[in-house]
Amino acid sequence: MSVLVVVECADGEVKKSSLEVASYGAQVAAQLGTTATAIAVGEANEANLAKLGEQGITKVLFDAEPRLKDFVNNAYTKLIATAAEQEQAKIIVLANSNIGAAVGSRLSVRLKASLATNVVELPKTDGGQFTVKRGAFSGKAFSDVVLSGDRKIIAVKKNSTEAKHDAGKTAEVTSFAAQLSDADFADAPTQVVMQDQAGGILLPEAELVVSGGRGMKGPENWNLIEDLAKALGAATACSKPVSDVDWRPHHEHVGQTGITISPNLYIACGISGAIQHLAGVNSSKVIVVINKDPEAPFFKAADYGIVGDVFDVLPKLTAAVKALN
Amino acid sequence: MKFLVCISNVPDTTTKIAFTPDNKEFNKAGVQFVINPWDEYALTRAIELKEAAGSGTVTVLNVGEADTEPNIRKALAIGADDAIRVNAAPQDAYFVAEQIAAVAKEGAYDVILMGKESIDYNGFQVHGMVGEMLGIPTVAPAMKLDMSGNTATLEREIEGGKEIVTVNTPFVASCQQPMCEPRIPNMRGIMTARTKPLKVVPAVGEPARTTVAEYALPPKKQGVKLIDAENAGELIKLLRNEAKVI
Ligand SMILES: Cc1cc2nc3c(=O)[nH]c(=O)nc-3n(C[C@H](O)[C@H](O)[C@H](O)COP(=O)(O)OP(=O)(O)OC[C@H]3O[C@@H](n4cnc5c(N)ncnc54)[C@H](O)[C@@H]3O)c2cc1C
Ligand SMILES: Cc1cc2nc3c(=O)[nH]c(=O)nc-3n(C[C@H](O)[C@H](O)[C@H](O)COP(=O)(O)OP(=O)(O)OC[C@H]3O[C@@H](n4cnc5c(N)ncnc54)[C@H](O)[C@@H]3O)c2cc1C
Repeated sequence: MSVLVVVECADGEVKKSSLEVASYGAQVAAQLGTTATAIAVGEANEANLAKLGEQGITKVLFDAEPRLKDFVNNAYTKLIATAAEQEQAKIIVLANSNIGAAVGSRLSVRLKASLATNVVELPKTDGGQFTVKRGAFSGKAFSDVVLSGDRKIIAVKKNSTEAKHDAGKTAEVTSFAAQLSDADFADAPTQVVMQDQAGGILLPEAELVVSGGRGMKGPENWNLIEDLAKALGAATACSKPVSDVDWRPHHEHVGQTGITISPNLYIACGISGAIQHLAGVNSSKVIVVINKDPEAPFFKAADYGIVGDVFDVLPKLTAAVKALN
Repeated sequence: MKFLVCISNVPDTTTKIAFTPDNKEFNKAGVQFVINPWDEYALTRAIELKEAAGSGTVTVLNVGEADTEPNIRKALAIGADDAIRVNAAPQDAYFVAEQIAAVAKEGAYDVILMGKESIDYNGFQVHGMVGEMLGIPTVAPAMKLDMSGNTATLEREIEGGKEIVTVNTPFVASCQQPMCEPRIPNMRGIMTARTKPLKVVPAVGEPARTTVAEYALPPKKQGVKLIDAENAGELIKLLRNEAKVI
């Protein structure tokens, strides 16, 4: 009996959300008096996998099959299911990412496990029940969910738990062969297209986010958002109408019908704060609102606010950040 | 081509979420229910693909009790040909997936379309479960879906990019923007929807694997601290020294 943690890698690095997942898994293992083993997916690098010891992982399984570099739903599912059987894992922890959720849902059927996605806290295991807290109603609420059965799968929401770093500790990386065949790769992508990320920071994983709404007036003014984002090392986001009219790409659209994010800092520029927008961002730790209308509803959900014109305020903020560094 | 479009009945996006006094159930009082916004992409795309092919059928499926029928009729008004309601309170994602898989198998559907996720329980999992139960691929979340004969080409969103995936029928896909422009019902659609077939079937399968013990609302904000626009740089100092986030 152990905890199996699925770590996603890209370009040899373990993704930030997977460091959180590794740390989460190690803490669950400690709660249950066992150890946490990781299985790597994506383009992994053994030296970086060994560093998962810092998050409390004792062993990392690594299948060197080159076709596992890109996400292939069937192959990943089989790989993880095989690892779960070998390790007799009762609990599987993965990121609530597009990959994690796709694999987790298939695994739950294959392994007859109960599944909770969008989980935001460590489980409570007292009284013989296994309860996790998860986000529901698109960021407007939480629910405590009891997972039944012998096997459980938990998909952890990004940025909702902290990755611990116990410097210097290493995990043992062992090779693992799930004996994947061509048939397992039948649903492999024919092409993978990566976007240009602002400063290489992925919005779903970002700790700092600068976001613009219709108050920015047009795409030609986004340099103001990008300059501040760049100075801070932040990702950029936008409201729905902004992506609807193609001022910005769809993957930047946050809210109830876009993506839900929970960065440490969310700076909203020229966004009114409609309920559907707030749903996607209100679990951010600190919210800053810049809006020329003092009655804008977003101020009610904010920690800090500036009533003013974005065209005047944004350059000042960028200059102030540059002055700090 | 037989399309099966699964629609979930969810609180309108403007709903202020509230729970019963014991925090054990969502308080439906005064809440307007709508078709899950993402499911509208699935529905519209299925209708468009059927129209483009010049043949085929679009069936909508909901797992829910009788109070979901107005939204099932709405889907028929938008252009689905017929509907199936599995008469059961949807207990959890696994339970819902079992119902969908059973209907899909029985009706031998070629393309099973869903939304990316429900905006109430935010599971993002029913599509994967259904694909696994039927032993067919699931592409989730899909931003684009084109069909040529029995082959579909999809764009699947991944963090930081997209994958182009080609699959043959049968398959499951979950849909999101910018796949299409969701349609709204017109007068003619509303008139014809009344007489389109809506079949009610009983639930099958095993019980749910998860139960909600309690709901909670997020903690309230303390109130906003306003900084003078003239002194905007002050904000950056507060973010570093007080909030400690930069
Ligand atoms: C089913 C449904 C789902 C939806 N889902 C989402 C979602 O996921 N995400 C989302 O964002 N929206 C969503 N919406 C839309 C939402 O209701 C709002 O319409 C939208 O969020 C408004 O975007 P905005 O704040 O950019 O624009 P507006 O509401 O037009 O606000 C612009 C703001 O900019 C301010 N402003 C203007 N000029 C300046 C200036 N020079 N300096 C400073 N401030 C200025 C104005 O005072 C105003 O507050 C959804 C709506 C529906 C019906
Ligand atoms: C009164 C009430 C109480 C409920 N209580 C709970 C609860 O305690 N716990 C719980 O998990 N769920 C509960 N549900 C069910 C919930 O509404 C969902 O149907 C179910 O949980 C699946 O949601 P999901 O977020 O996991 O789906 P996702 O995986 O996010 O949904 C993906 C897609 O699956 C399809 N889909 C989802 N649900 C249905 C459906 N019912 N019929 C047809 N297609 C569907 C849609 O296309 C949707 O876009 C309750 C529902 C009601 C009405």
